[in-house]
Amino acid sequence: MLDPNFNPAIRVRGLHNRFGAQIVHDGLDMEVLPNEIFGVVGGSGAGKSVLLRTILGLRAPDGGTVELYGRDVRQLAAVDRSSLVRSYGVTFQNGALISSLTVAQNIQLPLREYYPASEKILDELAELNLDLVGLNVADGKKFPSQLSGGMVKRAALARALALEPKLLFLDEPTAGLDPISAAAFDELLLYLHSQLRLTVVMITHDLDTLFQTCSRVGVIVDRRMITDTLDGMLENQNPWIREYFHGPRARAAEKEAHG
Amino acid sequence: MTVPLALEPAGTGWQLELRGDWSLAAMPQIEAQLESLPRALRGPVLCDWSHAAAPGIAPAWALLRRLSDAGLPAAEISHSGSPPHFLELLQKLELDLLTPSGPQVAPLKLEGPIAKLGRWSVLQGRHARGVLEFLGRIAAVIGQAFRRPRALRISSLARHVYETGITAIPIVSLIAFLISVIVAYIGAQQLSRFGADIFVVDLVTIAVLREMGVLLTAIIVAGRSGSAFAAEIGVMQLNEETDALRAMGMNPIEMLVVPRVLALIIVLPLLTVIADAMGLAGGGLLSLVDLNIPLPQFTYRLRESLSPTTFWSGLIKAPVFAALIAMVGTYRGMQVRDSARELGRLTTVAVVQSIFMVIMADALFAVLFVQIHF
Repeated sequence: MLDPNFNPAIRVRGLHNRFGAQIVHDGLDMEVLPNEIFGVVGGSGAGKSVLLRTILGLRAPDGGTVELYGRDVRQLAAVDRSSLVRSYGVTFQNGALISSLTVAQNIQLPLREYYPASEKILDELAELNLDLVGLNVADGKKFPSQLSGGMVKRAALARALALEPKLLFLDEPTAGLDPISAAAFDELLLYLHSQLRLTVVMITHDLDTLFQTCSRVGVIVDRRMITDTLDGMLENQNPWIREYFHGPRARAAEKEAHG
Repeated sequence: MTVPLALEPAGTGWQLELRGDWSLAAMPQIEAQLESLPRALRGPVLCDWSHAAAPGIAPAWALLRRLSDAGLPAAEISHSGSPPHFLELLQKLELDLLTPSGPQVAPLKLEGPIAKLGRWSVLQGRHARGVLEFLGRIAAVIGQAFRRPRALRISSLARHVYETGITAIPIVSLIAFLISVIVAYIGAQQLSRFGADIFVVDLVTIAVLREMGVLLTAIIVAGRSGSAFAAEIGVMQLNEETDALRAMGMNPIEMLVVPRVLALIIVLPLLTVIADAMGLAGGGLLSLVDLNIPLPQFTYRLRESLSPTTFWSGLIKAPVFAALIAMVGTYRGMQVRDSARELGRLTTVAVVQSIFMVIMADALFAVLFVQIHF
């Protein structure tokens, strides 16, 4: 297994990704420290999802290295895929719950795959994970199509947490949620982060979420990543970053966070 | 290997020592040990975590649940020896779980056979109504098309004619050719025993033109295009694309169903003609190679065996089969709701049912044609 205290948790060096003639990443560097919430920001088409897929080992980069806890992801993916996937949890943008399984069965799916246990224990663990993300036990018997958008995001989080990962990847966790549900999700995330000591990498466009939760932010501009704290970002002179963090929506979110 | 659990009396209560690997990976051993704890425990229990290595959330949760199952109130359980950081959270969650929230749903009673029958009948009734409604909507769109030709969606129609028709020509030709070679070959073996080789021509001609050409084509098309219709429309249902069409004031029946139905009605007779031609070619080739019947003799005999209606009695069935296949496929596609499994199930249903209905219709045609001497 990977050592969850290795520093940095994620290290991306000189990442190069392209689709045909279109270059997405050109020498992108990124470092995520253990036990921080790291936000990834970038314009549409800037390659946030490609970056995520590369870090997860789902896509082989055209150049550069990705290390999780000091181990190269591509080697891990080739040699010992199961220990790689057990070291992180992921939620996808639309939840990606398996539609023919109930929520509880979705949560039990990775547990069944990797850790044999009795049905009773599996049921208890499903209850635990549902409870952890603020869903009712009764919600576990529902199918994904019967859930609201906010519940789908929570259920996806519960499934991502089932294997007790130390590292959590969230792809747009609050996209499509009303502000109240989104704020509740932020709160849940902060709570789980402190209680379970998680390292979180979050792709998000939700400025409120960004200001409420993230300790550092990486912005993908011009095919590279600029990493800084939120306060540092506010001072940054890059035109895209200025536009992003000083637009009308950003000012409101900032006020909220500091007020 | 260390046993993960040791229960010892201590003072008025118990001391529970946790030892060795307490991570998620050790779950089976831990569970076995937890099962061996007494069913009921009295008195305070002190859990000692100082010898537990890498404690995981799931094992800790299982421990807490087992202790509360044994009838211990939370106040009587204490922890020592640097318990894991998440233990407090788990204890809080467990308290939440134990306080019942909302009314409990009464378990369903077993249904009697009459209730089942009733439920089944209601379902069948609804189903029949659904089919009628679907047919009605298709008819309405086609009716509208007389006043508003745009409703026919010519470009969409053309695409489906290409996809269900042109691209199916190779496989339909090949299969029609091979099957008629097989029929002619088997027939020749039997007929040559009576010296009636020449009647192989009659056999192939009538079998291919009346039945096999159209039936084979229909079954191939049901497998190829009926399934594609159901899957395509089914995925659109899952993605809420059909709802989007409705919301933009467009009729999914007009946009999705009617073009497919009309395309198949146009295409299947044409494919049948091709299958007929290939079937006759196969029969001709086998007669030449296996029975030494030269081609002029084959064509002469072919003309002799044909009655004026033989060709048409096959072809006339094609549009009917086409309508059945296309409507079953699109109807099942429109029924897809909620899950990927539904999509797979209904695609299967679409193919099986359309083949079944084609064969049923063929049987009805056979009886009808005999009755009217067609």
